[in-house]
Amino acid sequence: MSDTLVPEGTMIGRRLERREDERLLAGHGGYLDDLDLPDALAAAFLRSPHAHAKILSFDATEALALPGVIAVFSGADLMEIQKPLAPKVQHPQLRDYPRLPMPPAELHYVGEPLAVVIAESRYIAEDAMELIEVDFEVLPAVASTAAALQENGPLAHSGDETNVAVLLSQSAGDAAKALAEAPNVLSDEFFVMRGGGHSMETRGVAARFEAATGQVTIWDTTQAPHYARQQLSVIYEMAEDDIRVIAPADVGGGFGPKAQFYGEEVVIPWVAMKLGRAVKWVEDRQENMVTSMMERSQTHRVDVGFDNDGLLLAVKDVIEHDQGAYCAGLQVPSITTSTVPGPYHVPNIAIELRACYTNMVPTSSVRGAGRPQAVFVMERMIDRIAEHLGLDPAEVRRRNLIQADEFPYKVGIMFRDGSPLTYDSGDFPTLLEGTLERIGYDEARALQAKLRQEGRYLGIGLSVYIEGCGLGPYEGAKIRLTNKGRILVTLAAAGQGQGYETVYAQIAADGIGLDMDYIEVKTGDTARIPFGQGTFASRITATCGPAVMDAAKQMRERLLDTASVLLGCDASEVDFVGDKACLGGDLEKSVSLQQLAQTANIGKHGITMPRGIKAGIETSSYFSPERAAYASGAHAALVEVDPETGEIEILKYVIGHDCGNVINPLLVDGQVLGGFAHGIGNAMYEEPVYDVEGQPQATSYLDYALVSATEVPPVELFHIQTPSPLNPLGVKGAGEGGTIPAPATIANAVEDALRPLRARVTRAPITPARIVDAIVAAAAGQD
Amino acid sequence: MRDHATEFPTRTQDETHTVGCTVNGREYEAVVDPRMTLADFLREKLRLTGTHLGCEHGVCGACTVIVDGAATRSCLMLAVQADGAQLETVEGLAEDGELSPLQCAFKRNHALQCGFCTPGFLMSVTAALREESVTTEEQAREVLSGNICRCTGYTGLVKSVLEASAGKDAQA
Ligand code: FES
Ligand code: FES
Repeated sequence: MSDTLVPEGTMIGRRLERREDERLLAGHGGYLDDLDLPDALAAAFLRSPHAHAKILSFDATEALALPGVIAVFSGADLMEIQKPLAPKVQHPQLRDYPRLPMPPAELHYVGEPLAVVIAESRYIAEDAMELIEVDFEVLPAVASTAAALQENGPLAHSGDETNVAVLLSQSAGDAAKALAEAPNVLSDEFFVMRGGGHSMETRGVAARFEAATGQVTIWDTTQAPHYARQQLSVIYEMAEDDIRVIAPADVGGGFGPKAQFYGEEVVIPWVAMKLGRAVKWVEDRQENMVTSMMERSQTHRVDVGFDNDGLLLAVKDVIEHDQGAYCAGLQVPSITTSTVPGPYHVPNIAIELRACYTNMVPTSSVRGAGRPQAVFVMERMIDRIAEHLGLDPAEVRRRNLIQADEFPYKVGIMFRDGSPLTYDSGDFPTLLEGTLERIGYDEARALQAKLRQEGRYLGIGLSVYIEGCGLGPYEGAKIRLTNKGRILVTLAAAGQGQGYETVYAQIAADGIGLDMDYIEVKTGDTARIPFGQGTFASRITATCGPAVMDAAKQMRERLLDTASVLLGCDASEVDFVGDKACLGGDLEKSVSLQQLAQTANIGKHGITMPRGIKAGIETSSYFSPERAAYASGAHAALVEVDPETGEIEILKYVIGHDCGNVINPLLVDGQVLGGFAHGIGNAMYEEPVYDVEGQPQATSYLDYALVSATEVPPVELFHIQTPSPLNPLGVKGAGEGGTIPAPATIANAVEDALRPLRARVTRAPITPARIVDAIVAAAAGQD
Repeated sequence: MRDHATEFPTRTQDETHTVGCTVNGREYEAVVDPRMTLADFLREKLRLTGTHLGCEHGVCGACTVIVDGAATRSCLMLAVQADGAQLETVEGLAEDGELSPLQCAFKRNHALQCGFCTPGFLMSVTAALREESVTTEEQAREVLSGNICRCTGYTGLVKSVLEASAGKDAQA
C-alpha cells in the first residue's frame, strides 16, 4: 500500500517481514505470564467495591487460615511504601491529590487496590479474598465531569475544597473580540466517551529479590521500564542500580495504559522483598476493565467565528476533562488543547481547560492521547460551517488548510513538550485531495443526491488532522560487538508488538553497512542500558531511530579502524563482505567480526594489546529532539445510515497518511490499520459506562464491545512522505494516526447522511440508539 | 468481603483428578483440581504457554485450542473434561520447525503485531479451514469474528485466511 522510494542498497525503506514472527507464530513467545519462575507465589488484589469509601476495619484472619495462603497485606500493613505516585506530566497550578499505591484509609474508585493476598496459586488467592472482612463507610461519589464541576456537589476526595485539578488557558490573538466581530458564529457542545487500551495481554508484574546482592529484579509489562525504575527507586529509597526492571521481549500490546505507573508495580516487588520469595501478579480481564487507566472523556463547548467565505476567524473551546480519581499526568488534556487548531489557519484562538477529579479509574493516555477529542470538535465545526454557508465541506477545508509552503508553521500556542507549537513539515492539501480522489468524492456526492430522492441516507465524512509525535526528552541506543562476533543493538524502549527487533536492525544495518543477519536487537531492560524514557506518544522511531543510526555509524568506524590495524592498511580501504572486514574486497586479506572481538574486546590476559587498537568495541548515542515532529493525515468515509434502526454501514473508507520517511512500509501500514480499528471502536462501539454512583457497568467483553473482523471495514491506505527536518532520518510517528480522526470522520459522515433530517451528532461513540434519538429530537425540534 | 465458606467449600485439593490426554500427538498425564481450566492446565501443568488468556470469559478467543477436532475456548472448559481427548495447540502447528501455510501467510501479511492473540486466531482458522475453504473476504471475516485482535486491524488476517485457503485447495 505504501509507495516508498527505497534508496539503492539500503535496508531503510524496505518492506521486510518481521523477525519476531517466527517465535510468536510457533507459540514460543515469552510474555510475562510465560516466565518460568520456579516457586513463584501468586498474588491477587482485593479491590474497592465502592467508588468512594472509607475503610473502617480490615480483618484477614480467616483468609490467612486458608491452607496455601502465605500472607495478606492491607495498605495499612505497608505504610513504608504509601508514597504518592507522581503525575507523569505536571503543572505548577495542578492541585495534585496524592495517589498512593494501596491507600490505607480512603478509596476513590471501584477497583482501587486495598489489600494483596499472596498464595500458592491464584485460585487459592482468590478464595482467600472472599474471606477477608472489610467494613466500609460509603461516601457520595462523583461520576461525571458535570457532577464534579457543579456547585456544592459531592467531592471526589472527602475534605477537599473542590474537584478542580487544574484550570489552564492557552490563547493566540484575541478570540473574544474576533468572535464578537465575526459575521458568522456557530456554537455547540460535544462529548467524547471514555475508552480503554484493551491490550489483549493484561498488565502484570513479577519480582524476585536476591538477598545476597540486595538487588530486586522486576518483570513488568510496561512500555517504560526506566520510568518504572525511576519511580521505584524514589519510593523504595533504593539506588536505581539495585532495581532491575525488565519489560519482557514479548508484551501483548500497550496502547498507552502500560506506559503509566500503577500501585501494583510498587506493591508486588516490595512483597517479594519482604517475603524473600518470587511473586507474580497477572491482572485478569475483569480487573483490567476497572483498574487499567482509560482516556477520552471530555466535554467541549466550542464557538467558531468565520467570514462569509468560510474562512476561520476565531475558535474558542472550553474543555472539561475527566482526570478520574487522581491525576496520573496532565499529558492528555494538554495535548488536547494544542491539537484543537489542527491543520488550519486559526488567527484567533482561546482554549480553556478545566480538568477535574471524579470517582472513576484515573485517566491517562490511550492510543491517540487527547487528540481524537480535539479533532472531533474541530472537524465537526468545519462541517457545520459548510452547512451554514451552503458550501461543500471539502471546499471549506481547502480554504482553511495551512499550505505546503508554510512550514515551519507557528500556531501561536504551546505544545505539551514545553515548546511553541510549531509544525515541522507536511502537505495537508495533498493529503486531502488524495483522499477525496480515492473515495471518489464527486461521484459520491452525485450518488448521495440521487439516493436521497429514493429516501436513502448516504453520507460522506472527511477529517484532516495533525499529530505531535517523536517527543523528547531523549532516547538512546547502545551497540556492542559481542564475543561471538555479532552486533548487539540495545534499546531502552520496550516494544509492544511494533517490530522493534526488525526495524532497529534495519537502521543499524544501514549505519554499520553490515548485513542484518549479523545484527540482533534487545529491548526494555534497565540492566542492559542505563538511560531511557520508553515507548509512548509515537516517539520511538523519531527519537531512538536517530540514536541507533548514530551509534551504528560510530560502530562502523570502530570496526573498520580495528580491522585496518590488524590488516595493516588505512581504514578507508576496508569494507565488509559478509561478517568479514576485507581489504579491497579480498577475502584472503580479511578479519572476521569474531576476530575483532577476540582482539579488541576479549584480549589475552596479561598480554599487551596490538598497538593502535582501541579496547572495547561498544558505542552508544542518545538523541534529544529539539521539539515534537508532526505527522498528519486525512480520512474519508462513505456511509449509509438506516434512520429506522440507527445502523451505520461503512461503504468505503480511505486513509491518507504522512509520517515522514518510512523505515518499513509493511510495519507502518500495520500500525495505521491497527490504529484505524481502534478508532472505529471509539467512533461506534466502545463505552465503559459508569452509573451515577460510579459503578462501572461494562466489566467484561459481553458489555464492552471491542471490534472484531466483521465490524472493521476494508480500508484503502496511501502515504505521502514529508520528511521531518527535526531528525536525521526524517521520520515521524505512525502509531496513532489511524485512530485519531476516525470518530470525527464517522460523525461527519453520519450527520451528513442525516442532513435532510437535521439530526445532530454530538457524542462519540455514535451508537444506533443515539442516532435514533438524534433523529427523534430533530423531528421534535422542527414541529 | 462475604463469607461463602460455609456454602461453597473453597478448597478442593482433596478431590484431585488425574487427567490424561494427547496434546499435539504426545501423551500427557497430570493431577489437577477439578476446577482447573483447560487453559491453565495447558499453560501451568504442561508448560505449553503458547495458548494465551485474554479475557477468561469466552469472548476474545485468545485461548482457542482444538479439542477432538473442534475449535474450543480453553478458558471455558475444565481440564477434567479433556480427559481422554485429542488436543491440538499452537505449538503443534509447525512441522519439523517448518511453519504451516497458514502461519506463513500470517507472517507475509503482517497479521500479527504483539502476537498475543495470534495462537487463538491460528487455531480457530486452522479448524475452520479443515471444514471448508474460504473464498470470499466476507467469509474470511466471519471465520475470524470469534477472535479479537487489538493490534492489527484485521486486514492482514483476512488476507492470510484467503491465501491459506487458496493454497490448501491447490494442494488438494
Ligand atoms: S481467554 Fe478464552 S476466550 Fe478470551
Ligand atoms: S497482534 Fe496484538 S492483539 Fe493481535
